[in-house]
Amino acid sequence: MTLLYFIIVPLFAAFLVTLLAGKSDVWGRVLASISSAALLLLAVVTFITLDGGAVSYQMGDWPIPIGIPLVFDSLSGFMLIIVNLVALTSVIYSGQYVRHLGQDFKYYALFLFMLTGMNGVILTGDIFNLYVFMEIALLAAFALVAFGCRAEEYEAAFKYAVMGAVSSAMILVGIAVLYSATSTLTMARIADELPNVPPQVVLWVGGLFFAGFGLKAAAMPFHAWLPDAHSSAPAPISAMLSGVLIKVLGVYAMTRIYFNVFGAPEIFLTLFIIIGAASIIISGFLAYMQWDTKRLLAYSSISQIGYILLALGLATPLAILGAVFHLFNHAVFKSLLFYDAGSIELALGTRDLRKLGRIGSILPFTSGTSIIASMAIAGLPPLNGFFSKLIIIIAAVSAGQPLLALLAVFGSVLTLAAVMKIQRYSLRSDVEVEPTGETIGVGMKAAMGTLAILCVLGGLLLLPGVKEIALDPVVNVIVEKTGYVTMVLGR
Amino acid sequence: MILYLLCFALFLVGLYGVIAKRDLIKIILSIGIMGYAANLFLILFAYKKDALYPILTPGEAAQPMVDPLPQALVLTSIVIELGVTALLVALAVRLFQKYGTFDITQIRRLRG
Repeated sequence: MTLLYFIIVPLFAAFLVTLLAGKSDVWGRVLASISSAALLLLAVVTFITLDGGAVSYQMGDWPIPIGIPLVFDSLSGFMLIIVNLVALTSVIYSGQYVRHLGQDFKYYALFLFMLTGMNGVILTGDIFNLYVFMEIALLAAFALVAFGCRAEEYEAAFKYAVMGAVSSAMILVGIAVLYSATSTLTMARIADELPNVPPQVVLWVGGLFFAGFGLKAAAMPFHAWLPDAHSSAPAPISAMLSGVLIKVLGVYAMTRIYFNVFGAPEIFLTLFIIIGAASIIISGFLAYMQWDTKRLLAYSSISQIGYILLALGLATPLAILGAVFHLFNHAVFKSLLFYDAGSIELALGTRDLRKLGRIGSILPFTSGTSIIASMAIAGLPPLNGFFSKLIIIIAAVSAGQPLLALLAVFGSVLTLAAVMKIQRYSLRSDVEVEPTGETIGVGMKAAMGTLAILCVLGGLLLLPGVKEIALDPVVNVIVEKTGYVTMVLGR
Repeated sequence: MILYLLCFALFLVGLYGVIAKRDLIKIILSIGIMGYAANLFLILFAYKKDALYPILTPGEAAQPMVDPLPQALVLTSIVIELGVTALLVALAVRLFQKYGTFDITQIRRLRG
């Protein structure tokens, strides 16, 4: 029953926000922060008490072939913790940031709908239900990208919505083919039936899903919408989109379907490696060439997603540990970098690197956290990004792919160059800037400070004792592939 | 078989429209065609020749029936597509107010 709260609470809060909306935005802020904080707590508690097992819940008490199951295993729990953590900091940060955009209650309602959709995608055990929750999250995201009501934002939102609709149509066709081959929509039963159907089905469906979910994850050939959408959205929403949305709708859905349902076929693992490697290198270069802070960060998101996909494609337990750990780390430091970019934009009125300068003395807190996050994303020890990238590189070497390891190191250098560009031009240059008079409030500082602390302490997740509780069960779910089936069907 | 191929052709027509057309309204219509083809796929997979509607009345022997589940899925996906299309049209209207054109080659302030 507790599993239902992850969907009910934000959904109910979203309706309450619109009902209670008055002249002030207090209700929206209070309800959004209470619900995401409660869900974070619930996710952490459930994850720890789970201890590597799984809980499943049948909606309406219908048995599995008829009803829709919700499944909470370690992978879902890990993703839920990340999503609700970033959501909580994002709500806290939003309090001051969205005030200048107006109509706050609509913002919070849409935000909670997006949270509902993401929690649903993570928990559901039914493939069509996954599609429905994905659309809920996406619709809210389209509207939030356009929330600033400027021409560029409409343009980015339109591009994003078109790409989203195309990929959703592909996923829907894939689901239709899968249903016609296996006569069921429950993911565990599909995995159970797949050995009895012709192998071409997996190729067809896998191809359609690869295009569909690849577009949502914004891996390299499918990335065109991401830099526009993520740089045009309000900063806390950019953090949500880059930090968790592309991971939940793209990487998590792909992991669940290709590993737990399809049993990780070789050909798709090779595709993972190819698009991962392409994303790392090409968008590393593209990130370095940008002059808009948020655009640079958006391109670097693509390259970090590349690391996760590359490690998933290697599919050794060590590589998957690296992928899972990097997923957590990227959510933390990329959100922090977007918050920093947002507060620079709020206080100085621009995000063009050429017009920024001497932020170190104007906004000391922002520049401090920004340095921590930059070091973490570039993979400098002892911050969290160093350990996850190191694991991925070691895994590539030990899997007999030294070329990929070299490529990952090169990508890391490109990321370093890109973030050093931000540091060089915005914090250390001598350009005179005119502050807009806005100060960075307590809420924004609290959000940035929390994530900065997590960046510094993130590496502790690898300590023996902590690793067994926090990361190993998650890796096991992915490595055991169709072990998911026996867990859900209870055999 | 020919029905499935025609249905797939319809899907590709929609995809072509999204990629090749330059008018916002035509792009929105192409997305509608793609969604329509996906729904048609679902209905085709459920179809069975000479089968009845799936309602069992008392005192009647069970006969071959069409699969009711994809029809329920199609209802859901039609509602979702309605939402997406409404949002896209609203965005297109706002874009026209800002740029004064529906031509995507002229709506290009974001680059790089």
